[in-house]
Amino acid sequence: MTIPLRPPRRLVDITVDGEEVRVAEGTTILDACGDSGPCSGKKDIPTLCYGDTLTPKNACRVCMVEVEGSRTLVPACSRRVEQGMVISTDSERVRHSRKLVLELLGSSTDLSTTPRAEEWMERYGADPARFGPDAATVEQPPKVDNDLYVRDYGKCIMCYKCVDACGEQWQNTFAIAVAGRGFDSHISTEFDAPLTDSACVYCGNCVEVCPTGALSFKTEFDMRAAGTWDESRQTQTTTICAYCGVGCNVTLHVQDNEIVKVTSPHDNPVTHGNLCIKGRFGFQHVQNVPTGQKD
Amino acid sequence: MDLRFRDAEPSDEERAAVDALLGPPATAWEGGLRTDEDLRVAAAAESRRDLLLPALHAVNDRVGWISEGALDYICRRLTVPPAEAYGVATFYSLFSVTPRPARVLHVCTDLVCQAKGAAGLCASLEERLGPPGSSWQHSPCLGLCERAPAALALQAGDPPSSAVHGPVTGPDLVAAELAATPETGPADVSETPGSAEPPAEAAVPQAGDPGLVLLRRIGVVDPGDLDDYRANGGYAALRRAFEIGPAAIIREVLDSGLVGRGGAAFPTGRKWEATARQPDHPHYLVCNADESEPGTFKDRVIMEGDPFALVEAMTIAGYATGCHKGYLYIRGEYPRAIRRLTHAIETARSRGLLGADVMGQGYAFDIELRRGAGAYICGEETAIFNSIEGQRGEPRSKPPFPVEKGLFGKPTVVNNVETLVNVLPILLGGAPAYAAIGTGSSTGTKLFCLSGNVRRPGIYELPFGATLRDLLTLAGGVPEGRTLRAVLLGGAAGAFVRPDELDIPLTFEGTRAAGTTLGSGVVLVLDDGADLVKILLRIAEFFRDESCGQCVPCRVGTVRQEEALIRLSKRPDSGDLALLREVGRAMRDASICGLGQTAWNAVESAIDRLGVFSPASPSTFPSTEAK
Ligand SMILES: Cc1cc2nc3c(=O)[nH]c(=O)nc-3n(C[C@H](O)[C@H](O)[C@H](O)COP(=O)(O)O)c2cc1C
Ligand code: SF4
Ligand code: SF4
Ligand code: SF4
Ligand code: FES
Ligand code: FES
Repeated sequence: MTIPLRPPRRLVDITVDGEEVRVAEGTTILDACGDSGPCSGKKDIPTLCYGDTLTPKNACRVCMVEVEGSRTLVPACSRRVEQGMVISTDSERVRHSRKLVLELLGSSTDLSTTPRAEEWMERYGADPARFGPDAATVEQPPKVDNDLYVRDYGKCIMCYKCVDACGEQWQNTFAIAVAGRGFDSHISTEFDAPLTDSACVYCGNCVEVCPTGALSFKTEFDMRAAGTWDESRQTQTTTICAYCGVGCNVTLHVQDNEIVKVTSPHDNPVTHGNLCIKGRFGFQHVQNVPTGQKD
Repeated sequence: MDLRFRDAEPSDEERAAVDALLGPPATAWEGGLRTDEDLRVAAAAESRRDLLLPALHAVNDRVGWISEGALDYICRRLTVPPAEAYGVATFYSLFSVTPRPARVLHVCTDLVCQAKGAAGLCASLEERLGPPGSSWQHSPCLGLCERAPAALALQAGDPPSSAVHGPVTGPDLVAAELAATPETGPADVSETPGSAEPPAEAAVPQAGDPGLVLLRRIGVVDPGDLDDYRANGGYAALRRAFEIGPAAIIREVLDSGLVGRGGAAFPTGRKWEATARQPDHPHYLVCNADESEPGTFKDRVIMEGDPFALVEAMTIAGYATGCHKGYLYIRGEYPRAIRRLTHAIETARSRGLLGADVMGQGYAFDIELRRGAGAYICGEETAIFNSIEGQRGEPRSKPPFPVEKGLFGKPTVVNNVETLVNVLPILLGGAPAYAAIGTGSSTGTKLFCLSGNVRRPGIYELPFGATLRDLLTLAGGVPEGRTLRAVLLGGAAGAFVRPDELDIPLTFEGTRAAGTTLGSGVVLVLDDGADLVKILLRIAEFFRDESCGQCVPCRVGTVRQEEALIRLSKRPDSGDLALLREVGRAMRDASICGLGQTAWNAVESAIDRLGVFSPASPSTFPSTEAK
């Protein structure tokens, strides 16, 4: 088998916040503005629905930037640079739209477990409470229908990442999809059947990509409810899954000498953060140490 | 694809409805009876996802709703994951995944019908039939606005049937529904005297006027008779198209200056040229007949009154752009247009005007009619692709544009019905003659959908350049004793103009300069009796209902817009006005598609141009006064 050599990528000249830089053609604006991009100064464009292992869905609109000549703002996570593009990542228009998007999300969804949401709210001066106490929300009781993970859709921002991870892009199980329309749209199995009755194989790949904590390990969910979840007391150790010969990387999150959840490195060239039920949830045996032998 | 099913079984009727569309299942793998053979061979099932929407229609048409067993059976037959099919079924408002009666009355509560007394219809129905939701329900614009207030009854069965009412009073509607009035059956492809539904030309006050171009055959030809169509100039344009060839057709369309009539006003010739040039094949043609912008009914009148013209125009467009297949995507609420077009397509096919060898010219082209199922958003040019492909009708992110990657990822040209039928006069009279009509940058004639408080509502055809005043005069102005309050141009996504602005030229450039839009040709006339606040609330409700839900600014923004308007309708509040502006700006700037981007337009223009909610016009707070 011969591997065709990719033709070298042409460089294009773009202007980002007044600074002229050169980047490879086809780069997204987000990558061009990222830490490994050529721009001086950290742009730190917020993202929610963007996933480093997934095709951009363009749904959350928190990453919008201004491109000269474009009638509307454009999503940095998916728009590719073009020769001569003039981009503003922090103009008044951009800040206004980010502020509003965060307010709209914050007023309809519980963002308490969304990493960085609070920081961004502060940065853009977002005040979700200004829509009043009667603003419609997606509040609902969490769905706890199996022992492995919980679906707390009151925290769901409809980023589509779990659906993409479960479907065509990775898992090919298609247990969940988006149902309904507009504000009523939601993630669902067919006829809202319990997960245990659905096609789900509990790979947890949806949990891996969920940006809000709407999907979480049952362990994490229970510990949060009990008030014992404390990330500052957790360690992360990446090792190799003990179950089969594939050798997937697993990252064990440990608090008080107990594994509390398992993730997988997204930059692994083979698994891209995906695991199967055994690597993801089959950690109990590690902890079944006869009492007295712990530590 | 490895699918997992729960154990819901379809009823015999549901199975029969699906089999009538797809044929009997070949193997047990697709839901057929298990034979010994099946245990020895494994079928490599190929997904036929694009048949999902027709299959859902088949069940909904027969039974009135889609049960879990029916959905599972469809999924087995088409190799589609049940969760995804459920997501698609719940996207469309004409489908139900919970039991409901076979007959459902859809009562329009949209802009025009609201201005003409829809609330009275609903009150009568509620009194006799109970609250909406089961045997009757509220509906967005049914495209029957010249007959407002209007309602559409859809009756499931074998065959399904339908009946339209309009204009109708509450008691008459109740009586008709209790008697389940005679339904129009498949026989009405021609106008039949004494039929319950008025003929298509009843919506064309100018019918028979020799100056008409696009409407000239409405009321003149029998819409069910191909020979009559040919006797009235039909298929002369296609003959000419074959004489001059694809490149010359595109040149003619470019030179004619034709721009799209679907709302975005994009030059048609450029779209065709760009599609024709694409090296990737096949190319597809999609005719956008989803017509769901509130107040729009022009495409319906063409399709009901002159269906062969659309078939001919699509054939020409397909030939020019190198397509062998055209999809005609028509909204599900247009049963009569669907019947007439189905008949026209079949007739054209049987007479060699569609099929493997069109007109003996060695060119293969066919048209497949696809029915929408109640979703305004499916009229957006990329959402229509997803809908045809059997996905949820969510718009795609652009770029890539349809001319590069459209339907099934292939180069696709999407055009509105009215845009396409303009190609006939362009080819017959030549581009210069066409371009001589209208103004420099808006050439040809335009169809306007006149509705509301106007003496002669209906579809009017005028050369571009006529003013709003000309049009209103032609339609007889507001009824005796009333004064004009405002005109909504362009529909829910359009903008209001004041009575002192009637000299706006009805051209793309003229309306743009005046800060409004022609949009899809909606001209909704409101007199001093109209409740503008209610109209705004309805516009907000429309966008909230019709948002696909994909992007945050529109999904949540349309809800917040409606909430703020409801508060404002009860008491003035400058804070809520500021809130509306901020939300509106974010929707316009950050939404994926035109729906979210325009959801604030009409509200903004009502506040800025009409002074609705301004402290200086206390009359805009009727409910405060009433207290
Ligand atoms: C929300 C939305 C709804 C639309 N609905 C329709 C429609 O019902 N019919 C239509 O022809 N165009 C509709 N359009 C415009 C189409 O996106 C597209 O521009 C048009 O079909 C192109 O055809 P034209 O160039 O012939 O106008 C809609 C656009 C948006 C954003
Ligand atoms: S656990 Fe795996 S199979 Fe189950 S829903 Fe999540 S991604 Fe799909
Ligand atoms: S559950 Fe999580 S991953 Fe899925 S759509 Fe909601 S926020 Fe996104
Ligand atoms: S703007 Fe509205 S309709 Fe358009 S993609 Fe976004 S949510 Fe859907
Ligand atoms: S991160 Fe770009 S749209 Fe969501
Ligand atoms: S039919 Fe009621 S508004 Fe159009």
